[in-house]
Amino acid sequence: MAAPIERGVDTNTPEINMSLKKTLSAVSPLTLRIVAECPVTKARACDLVLPHCTVNTPVFMPVGTQGTLKGITVDQLESLGCQICLGNTYHLGMRPGPELIEKANGLHGFMKWKNNLLTDSGGFQMVSLVELSEVTEEGVKFKSPYDGKEILLSPEKSISIQNSLGSDIMMQLDDVVSSTVTGPRVEEAMHRSIRWLDRCIAANKNPDKQNLFAIIQGGLNAELRKICLEEMTQRDVPGFAIGGLSGGEEKDDFWRMVTLSTDHLPREKPRYLMGVGSVCLRAYLHALFKTDTAAMHHVTVHNIAYQVSAGRATAENRYRS
Amino acid sequence: MKLELSRVVQGGCRLGVLKGLGRSGQHSLEVPGCLLYTRCGTVPHLTQDTLHTLTNLPSVTQLTLSTIAEHQEVLEDFKDGFRKFAGLHDTVLYCSLHDPVTPCPAGHITNKTVSVWGSGGRIELTVAKFMALQRTVRPDWYQSMADGETWQSNTSRKRVRKSVDRTLAHLDECLLVHHKTQELQGVAVFGVVEGGDILEERVRSAKETAKRPVAGFCLDGLQTGSMDQALRIQLIAAVTKELPEGKPRLLQGVGRPDEVLACVEAGVDLFESFFPFQVTERGCALCFNFDITPDPERAVLEADEERDTAGETHENGELNLDDQMTSFEINLKDKRYQDDFRPLVEGCGCYCCRNHQRAYLHHLLVTNELLAGVLLMLHNTAHYLAFFGALREALAQDTLDLLKKKVLKEKCGQTKSKE
Repeated sequence: MAAPIERGVDTNTPEINMSLKKTLSAVSPLTLRIVAECPVTKARACDLVLPHCTVNTPVFMPVGTQGTLKGITVDQLESLGCQICLGNTYHLGMRPGPELIEKANGLHGFMKWKNNLLTDSGGFQMVSLVELSEVTEEGVKFKSPYDGKEILLSPEKSISIQNSLGSDIMMQLDDVVSSTVTGPRVEEAMHRSIRWLDRCIAANKNPDKQNLFAIIQGGLNAELRKICLEEMTQRDVPGFAIGGLSGGEEKDDFWRMVTLSTDHLPREKPRYLMGVGSVCLRAYLHALFKTDTAAMHHVTVHNIAYQVSAGRATAENRYRS
Repeated sequence: MKLELSRVVQGGCRLGVLKGLGRSGQHSLEVPGCLLYTRCGTVPHLTQDTLHTLTNLPSVTQLTLSTIAEHQEVLEDFKDGFRKFAGLHDTVLYCSLHDPVTPCPAGHITNKTVSVWGSGGRIELTVAKFMALQRTVRPDWYQSMADGETWQSNTSRKRVRKSVDRTLAHLDECLLVHHKTQELQGVAVFGVVEGGDILEERVRSAKETAKRPVAGFCLDGLQTGSMDQALRIQLIAAVTKELPEGKPRLLQGVGRPDEVLACVEAGVDLFESFFPFQVTERGCALCFNFDITPDPERAVLEADEERDTAGETHENGELNLDDQMTSFEINLKDKRYQDDFRPLVEGCGCYCCRNHQRAYLHHLLVTNELLAGVLLMLHNTAHYLAFFGALREALAQDTLDLLKKKVLKEKCGQTKSKE
């Protein structure tokens, strides 16, 4: 196992650990308590303390793209044990828009969700809607699918929308390229993502309430990843995500990049692996329900329960080993 | 089943309780009242846990044979009846022939058969097949097979007469099979009164059906859109005169609040509750006021609202088709609700009104999210059930006229949100 990057400071003394932890909780609305660590792998079970509640990790986050979770109520979501779920900045930024959501007391107030929210930057749509977009140093230019108007999603705009949404964790706007892309574009995107991270940090109006996560890029290139890790871990962000994967690359390549990243990420900060979590279920949807939306609700409920318990089972295994 | 009436207004409204429902006879249903509308055992959009955020649910759930018929084989393999299949535990199951929301294409009825439409197409039912289905489904109560295809405006007298004759013949055959079928012992059968828009045929059908040993009566062919209100009331009044007082009358295909009030006055006890579902499907929320308890503060507020909404009235057509918005609802897709942070209806205790605002519902509708249907169905059902509660209360207190005035003049709040 590779040793963590030395930064000229021995961070392993108890005194420095304590003072680091104190500094973290004083300036950031996030505290990570490592509850158990696997002696064999790098796996750990943690309590991630966020403004709305504590999240037990590892955790799969249900996706509520447009401020709702595909047909289930927030009560149902809560009783399923969900402690954090996702909202999408691009969609919500379009409809109903940040001003309205601010009026409604943020996304929490708009959807009436009591636990935590994580919003992505809106950048992933770059990869999925790539015909419609153009990436420059400024940001990403989109043509709105609703009214054809041209919009620029810059790091500043993304953070501004996420500030209005009031999510507990915000993602930086990163320059995302598909993991199947090779060549100089990958390096360009990686460096740009670092510059955009700095712009996002500067633009965050609520560092005391909202946690901004960096996203490690670099495609499937180990050298590029290492550079990105080296740079981004120097920024004072409360957490890191591993991005630019899960886009159709080979599983072996995927895992290699993931383990490289976790080797170089600080132990005391949470790690978010983006875009992973689709569970292949053979849900037996009975013919009788095929015309009713309630069938989908049943499946959603089942799927979320499955994911929550999968997360829990993983955590419990960590406790045991 | 046994109907215990506590009030009967001369030749008109009845107030009471329908008791002895279900296999164990433990359930009861207040009348006038409605059944819980489903097509396949599930209230549209709702799972068991969201459904049960509603209080005072009707104890009787309606299923439609038209939805279930195509699954006959599966149900026969399952062997244990529809209740167990759908996980419906504590409810009385009533099986209707058709789905009040989905009109059937005309022209497929014969002397011996009627047809229902499943997802795979037309399924032809003889009495034998109809009864085989009932035996497999094992409801607590069902309507007998009937020919109700008299709603088209150019239906001839001859055709109407045929519908009455056939329906009586089907009833007799159903009853024969019913008494020979082990699985249907203790199950209630309703006879169906037909007769189109012809008074003599209606009376004939009522008289003849009343002679048969049925537990109650369905009034068919009078659904919204089939005829104007005045004629409907005239026919219902003539029919109920011929029916025994002690047996319940279920009117099919009518659900609009103004129609409900008029039909209750003509002697109807039970309705299907598909109307809240139709309102939900058009992205609307029921908001008509049926509260007649005197409250001086509210009187002032309402006077203000009336002034605001003058000129925005939405007349309900006589032949109001299913997808047309009524004056009893607001259209949440309208831009005016984009930043309206009030609940759908102030004071409504449903899950939606307790937790969410019009602006959120508007967003869900604009973005085509599934949750819109869930929340609207919860609210619309709660509102509709509360309306029936108010109706029963008005009958008990002799304040029906006040209720009628309130409901009928009501044009749903179109006021701008107060800044």
